[in-house]
Amino acid sequence: MKAFLILEDGTVFEGTSIGSAGEVISEIVFNTSMTGYLEVLTDPSYAGQAVVMTYPLIGNYGICYSDMESAKVWPDGYIVRELSRLPSNFRSQAGIEDVLKAKDIPGICGIDTRALTRILRERGTMNGMITTNADYDLQKVLKQLKEYRVTGVVKKVTCEKKHTTRPEDFIPTDLEKAKQIGVSEGAKRYNVALMDFGSKKNIEHCLVKRGCEVTVYPAYTTAEEILKDAPDGVMLSNGPGDPAECVEIIAEIKKLCDSGVPIFAICLGHQLTALANGFQTAKMKYGHRGANHPVKDLESGRVYISSQNHGYVVMEDSIDPAVAKVSFINANDHTVEGLRYLNKKVLTVQFHPEACAGPQDSEFLFDEFIKMMEVQE
Amino acid sequence: MPKREDIKKVLVIGSGPIVIGQAAEFDYAGTQACRSLKEEGMTVVLVNSNPATIMTDKDIADMVYIEPLTPEVVKQIIIEEKPDSILPTLGGQAALNIAMELEECGFLKEQNVKLIGTTALTIKKAEDRLEFKKTMEKIGEPCAPSEIVTTVEAAVAFAGTIGYPVVIRPAYTLGGSGGGIAQDEEQLRTICENGLRLSRVGQCLIERCIAGWKEIEYEVMRDSAGNCITVCNMENIDPVGVHTGDSIVVAPSQTLSDKEYQMLRTSALNIITELNITGGCNVQYALHPDTFEYCVIEVNPRVSRSSALASKATGYPIAKVSAKIALGYTLDEIPNAVTGKTVASFEPALDYVVVKIPKWPFDKFIMAKRTLTTQMKATGEVMSICTSFEGALMKAIRSLEQNLYSMRLPGLAENSTEEIREKLHRIDDRRIFVIAEAIRRGISYEEIHDITKIDTWFLDKIAVLTEMEERLKSEPMTKKLMLDAKRLEFPDRVIAELTGKTLKETKQLRKEVYGIHAAYKTVDTCAAEFEAETPYYYSCFASENEVEAKHERKKVMVLGSGPIRIGQGIEFDFCSVHSVWSLKRSGYETIIVNNNPETVSTDFDIADKLYFEPLTPEDVENIVDLEKPDGAVVQFGGQTAIKLTEALLKMGVPILGTSAENVDAAEDRELFDEILEKCRIPRPAGKTVFTTEEAIAAANELGYPVLVRPSYVLGGAGMQIAISDSDVREFMAVINRNVQEHPILVDKYLMGKEVEVDAVCDGEDILIPGIMEHVERAGIHSGDSISVYPAQSLGEHVEEVIVDYTRKLAKALDVIGLINIQFIVYKGEVYVIEVNPRSSRTVPYISKVTGIPIVDLASRVILGEKVKNLGFGTGLAPEAGYIAIKMPVFSFEKLRGADIGLGPEMKSTGECLGIAKTFNEALYKAFLGAGIKLPKHKKMIITVKDADKPEAVGVAKRFEALGYEIYATRSTAQILQNNGVKAIPVHKLDGESPNVMDLLLSHEIDLVIDTPTQGRDKSRDGFLIRRVSIETGVTVLTSLDTANALVTSLENRQNALTLVDIAKL
Repeated sequence: MKAFLILEDGTVFEGTSIGSAGEVISEIVFNTSMTGYLEVLTDPSYAGQAVVMTYPLIGNYGICYSDMESAKVWPDGYIVRELSRLPSNFRSQAGIEDVLKAKDIPGICGIDTRALTRILRERGTMNGMITTNADYDLQKVLKQLKEYRVTGVVKKVTCEKKHTTRPEDFIPTDLEKAKQIGVSEGAKRYNVALMDFGSKKNIEHCLVKRGCEVTVYPAYTTAEEILKDAPDGVMLSNGPGDPAECVEIIAEIKKLCDSGVPIFAICLGHQLTALANGFQTAKMKYGHRGANHPVKDLESGRVYISSQNHGYVVMEDSIDPAVAKVSFINANDHTVEGLRYLNKKVLTVQFHPEACAGPQDSEFLFDEFIKMMEVQE
Repeated sequence: MPKREDIKKVLVIGSGPIVIGQAAEFDYAGTQACRSLKEEGMTVVLVNSNPATIMTDKDIADMVYIEPLTPEVVKQIIIEEKPDSILPTLGGQAALNIAMELEECGFLKEQNVKLIGTTALTIKKAEDRLEFKKTMEKIGEPCAPSEIVTTVEAAVAFAGTIGYPVVIRPAYTLGGSGGGIAQDEEQLRTICENGLRLSRVGQCLIERCIAGWKEIEYEVMRDSAGNCITVCNMENIDPVGVHTGDSIVVAPSQTLSDKEYQMLRTSALNIITELNITGGCNVQYALHPDTFEYCVIEVNPRVSRSSALASKATGYPIAKVSAKIALGYTLDEIPNAVTGKTVASFEPALDYVVVKIPKWPFDKFIMAKRTLTTQMKATGEVMSICTSFEGALMKAIRSLEQNLYSMRLPGLAENSTEEIREKLHRIDDRRIFVIAEAIRRGISYEEIHDITKIDTWFLDKIAVLTEMEERLKSEPMTKKLMLDAKRLEFPDRVIAELTGKTLKETKQLRKEVYGIHAAYKTVDTCAAEFEAETPYYYSCFASENEVEAKHERKKVMVLGSGPIRIGQGIEFDFCSVHSVWSLKRSGYETIIVNNNPETVSTDFDIADKLYFEPLTPEDVENIVDLEKPDGAVVQFGGQTAIKLTEALLKMGVPILGTSAENVDAAEDRELFDEILEKCRIPRPAGKTVFTTEEAIAAANELGYPVLVRPSYVLGGAGMQIAISDSDVREFMAVINRNVQEHPILVDKYLMGKEVEVDAVCDGEDILIPGIMEHVERAGIHSGDSISVYPAQSLGEHVEEVIVDYTRKLAKALDVIGLINIQFIVYKGEVYVIEVNPRSSRTVPYISKVTGIPIVDLASRVILGEKVKNLGFGTGLAPEAGYIAIKMPVFSFEKLRGADIGLGPEMKSTGECLGIAKTFNEALYKAFLGAGIKLPKHKKMIITVKDADKPEAVGVAKRFEALGYEIYATRSTAQILQNNGVKAIPVHKLDGESPNVMDLLLSHEIDLVIDTPTQGRDKSRDGFLIRRVSIETGVTVLTSLDTANALVTSLENRQNALTLVDIAKL
């Protein structure tokens, strides 16, 4: 079946329908990772967006369900150049189309994804529609596209109720199973409160592996409720959407910051913490989405390759030097990639130390968080 | 960290002559690195014995020594030039070994010279088998477990700890004989017992068998601050068991999930960190196809063939960045040259697929074993880029120039399915085509996978291609079908063949009716995330074209020379690159088309635009449609480019320089004879024939010996000297195995002195930089002969005749640009044997030793300048004050079963240079550069054919005078003894001891002189003696002329060499 991708600027791509045959309007973003398509599909930060994979061959190694970063597929739509007809990997349990169909995600393949990416790079992220209806009314569609806004996505992705994972409950990944890696022996058991704004599974996993007992809270939990449980540290997760929209959450994070509890924040969590401290965020032209972004640790001078997925950024000139200092920058465009708050145990990063998909170079930041909690005692 | 202040003058060591396993990639790396060093204000001293390289140009380095690559020579250069640093990681294993030796003996410390780019400790940790194992164990990185055993019981015990299957490798046996794979204890006992008996030292290595695992490579970079990145990873389609240089490789990996990808990436970063590497490094893994288990196979702490491939595959200039890191910069301080906006500390994201296929020399060595093993056999490779795997594979196949344009290998269709099944078990260069045929026959993926261990993902991709063949055969042609076929990169000619149409009809249908055209995309390192500044392109179909063809200046297209093969080597890349540079200086916009990832010409900053594409008429025409060049230059790209002449003319692209008709005239026997007659230039009498009967008749009329060869060939392919009717019959049968479009030539063979010239001609005047004389008499291919400049023994008169003939021929053929002529001087008469109105193999060599930049001059002449105004005079240039000797270098030890006897067909893979004030020193240097370092034990074997026996006496006497003990086979010994040489007779191979085999295995023989008798009969003793000698590492000479030259060089051996900086010539 034919499918069409119609962009806000009037560009139309014709391809073949994949996944469900529905119609969807979404914000179109591109991801440059060459592997890890399932991790991308199950990353809640993509809620409200349709993803273009710039690597042209997707689905080669099939689907290994245990690699999912959450229980659901989050993007509204999926755009690829070519979907592999024969997945091949010893762990593969299904093909990617099975997942798209099962989760009712519409998509399009067979289009020139590089041309699409170049449009998004030049003109910035924009809205688009994926449809199998060949008789679309372009003017009507364009009007719809212009009006479309991504809102309320955190509410959509966060968990419904609080739940706890103890080190005893640790479920190793396939790789950890193969390498017989379990919870770090002799690690002190810290209680970590993880605020779920759309948390990737591996954030929790990285903490539990380090011996933490992790309690996950829905995004709209108040600071009081969390602090009542007397956590040793608070982890603020990644998540989708415009951070400035999350006014209530920001207010709670402010309280958490003031409470003195050690905080480690990733991606949306990093942006929300910045906003809670009076800094500003802005939408980027086309964001950073991929597994190859260099971030520089300004203290050590070291550069790490990181996994990234964000369309908003903390504005450097809005940062009050008396409150926080920039700890990481992007080595390419020099945007803010991490903040250390002065006189506080608060460390926040824009990139993804939990990787999945992508390089594991900055996973040591979780160890740093553990140390922050150690000193606490 | 900014640039180190203590580095001002750097010695760069090159990799020496091209041999199998160490090829053009090091010229690419060295050239890029030298340019990068100079950019930073360094004084660069270069040493490399290979004159055909671009890195040995005086515009690349400040001081250039084309001297033998031995520790002694490098020491001497260090003493004379006083560099403060050595960069040894760009010249392959050769450079690394020399640097290690100088470091270990304390010389570097003594001279206050530091190694940059790596440390001795790093090299030791990576290269020493035991050290490496220890280091890997320390950081928990697994290697395939192995142990050396001296008893069967020890072998069984060790196998018990690592599990079956195990590989048994007896120590010091020929070509791995006696080894094998044991599936269980019983097999192990049998193989090991035999192996221990065969091994001279009674040792076997028992190793865990990882054959059949996936072979994955990572290219990693690290700087002195400890920052690490991976440039890309690559997956070998051929699983472990085939050398990566002989494997079809795809980048990035296709069948690894993010978990496996990151697991190995993290491992690679751990390894490079532990080894403390600063610069580029290659890590090879074996990955179990059904678990997360992996083994580190090898680490190369330097740039390599794989890093050249990774550079071209991603656009990330590994050698350049490595050089900057060596100077102290960190990755985040080095700009990404591709985007101009980002930095080198990122990992390239590809939005296309890259396929590499090796180019093997089996067409040259028809008797060599085609089996692919862990010993590399390929001489070169092609790379292709496309948005699909199928497309990239199809493009790579046609880039190989083996007259194959699809997955259909002629002959396989005639095999029975059982035969195809059986052939699937053979691991050779044709396996991929056998797989395609197996799929056509309906053999299941499972069965093919079980036999080949190739991942089913790749099998399915091959099936996509065979299915398309079927669709084209059976379905009516529609726009959709055409588009689908083009998306898979089916060339028009294959579509035409499968649909039963003509090529012209198909092309018209595609372009004019359906409007389907190739589109071009940019290789930008970042999957379009950032705007790229580099003009590096590849084609695909059903896509938006993003390349703008401006026409601000006159535009010239330069056709490259494709994969490195015997007969068409790195020399032609030298010519292409210099031509591009010259055209650029003259104000032209330049476009280069080539498909070889190992070369300088495919660096994106050489021409104004680089199209990384197959060199077939259709692929070139697609570029022409877009770029509309004002002209094309074909005379620098070897036969590959010349072959495109006709097609270019049809596209309406003028050929700049010598016209196509005149190129033809030089190849067409009758036209050429007419020209020779008109010029009154003699040539050996000859005939053109088509059939064997005609050939025999011609041979008898001319009188034996005669030369038999096909016309329009490369490097004398298929050329043989026949001395009898049966020889003619045998050779004709070989030639006619391939359909011959052109007649076969039978010429009288004159055993005279062979002379060669290259000249620049503008239609009126010529400039000959120098006359080169061959040491070996006619009959041995010019590329395999020792060549001496200036000619030593011709005399003024003969030289005048040669200049006169060159002028006449250049004018008669209306040559605009370069011409290469080969002469025979026989009994004082000069005969012409071959004329090539194009650049030749000797161009780089003669340019360097005379200081006359003939490619530049020829390029300017092509654009309309006159020879007399170029500043180098006309006619024969005055002799330079040096003797320069070009020595061929062979790779026979890598090709099991190949006959090493020299003849009219070229067999050498590379060359080195000896340059000095005197002939004797130049000759000594040339032999030294070729790796012939004598004497050692002062024992030699002589066995020559009857015709050579009288002459062998003189050679033997000279060796005897040098103190050599001479062994000879019975009849040779007889003659030698009769003439006063104390030769010791020995039996041939199968005779009772002491026979030749015993002698060779005693490892005390320095040299074997064995002149081959005629014929290609493999079972002859001579053939076996030559093979055994080569495989035991003994120098073998197959021509008495070469032997005489060698003994001259030994008689005049000197310890202190005089060094020549050719940048000052």
